[in-house]
Amino acid sequence: MNGLLPDLDVIRKDFPILERVLDGGHRLVYLDSANTSQKPQVVIDAMVDHLERHNANISRAMHQLGAESTEAFEAARDTVARFLNAPSRDEVIFTKNATEALNLVARTFPLGPGDRVVITEMEHHSNIVPWQLATERSGAELRWFGLTDDGELDLSNIDELLVPGTKVVALTWVSNMLGTINPVAEIARRAHEIGAVVVLDASQAAPQLPVDVQAVDADFVVFTGHKVTGPTGIGVLWGKAELLNALPPFLGGGEMIATVTMEKSTWAPIPSKFEAGTPPITEAIGLGAAIEYISHVGLDAIHAHEQAITGYLLEGLATVGGVRVLGPLDASKRGGAVAFELAGVHPHDIAQLLDSRGIAVRAGHHCAKPAHKRFGVQASTRASSYLYTTPAEIDALIDGLEYTKNYFKV
Amino acid sequence: MDLDSLYQEIILDHYRSPHHAGLRDPFEAEVHHVNPTCGDEVTLRVHLEDTPAGTVVRDVSYDAEGCSISQASASVMADLVIGQDLDVALSKHEAFLTLMQGKGQVEPDEDVLEDGIAFAGVAKFPARVKCALLSWMAFKDAALQVRAQGEPA
Repeated sequence: MNGLLPDLDVIRKDFPILERVLDGGHRLVYLDSANTSQKPQVVIDAMVDHLERHNANISRAMHQLGAESTEAFEAARDTVARFLNAPSRDEVIFTKNATEALNLVARTFPLGPGDRVVITEMEHHSNIVPWQLATERSGAELRWFGLTDDGELDLSNIDELLVPGTKVVALTWVSNMLGTINPVAEIARRAHEIGAVVVLDASQAAPQLPVDVQAVDADFVVFTGHKVTGPTGIGVLWGKAELLNALPPFLGGGEMIATVTMEKSTWAPIPSKFEAGTPPITEAIGLGAAIEYISHVGLDAIHAHEQAITGYLLEGLATVGGVRVLGPLDASKRGGAVAFELAGVHPHDIAQLLDSRGIAVRAGHHCAKPAHKRFGVQASTRASSYLYTTPAEIDALIDGLEYTKNYFKV
Repeated sequence: MDLDSLYQEIILDHYRSPHHAGLRDPFEAEVHHVNPTCGDEVTLRVHLEDTPAGTVVRDVSYDAEGCSISQASASVMADLVIGQDLDVALSKHEAFLTLMQGKGQVEPDEDVLEDGIAFAGVAKFPARVKCALLSWMAFKDAALQVRAQGEPA
């Protein structure tokens, strides 16, 4: 199969959990990486090593461990900046996850009556709800791009949506449900023509595509650590320095100030301005190790692998009678998450049957209820691959679906 | 993992041919419950009637969308409570709740729960307990709403 990572066996050995044997003696087939990715030994070791040998608070501790901890934490920021091709490391803000990063922007970005925010119908709830809250609070208007029947953004009314007065265009780079890869550079160009800023949710893109914030000319980009083989509890907001400098603080507290009196405080420069309190230090270091890891494999190579596996998955699903794939059927237009329906069997029941054979998928609305509604479905089953996924695991899934159909007599 | 303990034949039968499905008149309360983690939904109506002997559950009608466990549970629940004294119906709710929260350690009473004992296996699958409870919770909510209204007239 063209495009597969050449040293897939070696890569799989980096992920100890892939050796896991589940109830009934079934070897784990992990097809839920869009939910959270598994972690390579190097990430686990980096976090354990930090806790065993270097643990101290950062930036505040006047001792050797404090210096080591601070250096490791800031090195992770450098790694993220390189990963995103950010012009400046100071533009990288650590958050607890992508949701917090999106809320940071939605909370602090100045909006008022007459302003417009444009999102899309394929957003994860974390890129819908914060903007609903922001527009309700400010009196601004919330509009959205619809979707085509093929699961792509419907850009036919872009001239009507992106009008002067539009302040923010927030959209996902890769859909977590439909898998669609959106033309984010083109939308950014159109948004900038009318003076809007572009917020990209790269939660599903960062694991599997080269994310170059300058190449797509985004204004803000968010992603989360746990989907790029890093730990939970750490996310990233990248923003253009002039925009971040202009925003008011999000959370107040330690380390985000320049000075505090009982009457008034002044703010530290970015990134500290947006990192109140002790940050998730070990998690940031783990994220740095994760990004070093996937960068070493290479994002272009991972993308090619994902497309090969996704293409094979789509071919396999097409052989299972009663399956309807949601989203583009062309693997080159999508990322490595494929949501589908199986006639006569509810997604919960599919996931349960697959789980009984050691196959982990996600069932439900995947925090994308509006996108499900758009396609007239309440819930779907989603199989999502990553750099460690093999064609044999896709075969196991397809066999599992036939077994499911047989079990439920459909 | 014992799939057949989860998917008892009785459950699959109720799933394929649910009893009392559909929304009907008359009713004194209608509720809409969702399972936010998976999106299962049920709209459920309760029709109660005061009689000299007490309040009787005359009808429970519902429109449910969800997995086999949640659909079958709605069907069994309706079978169990329709025609019962409200207090008896609520005690069946209590018994079913106890069974579901028992982590597989509770021995169900067939006299009380009838087909509902088929759900005993569900209690061993924590992710599915909410599916089984969805319509039962909706029933209790709707019945107590009617009671709070001081209805039925």
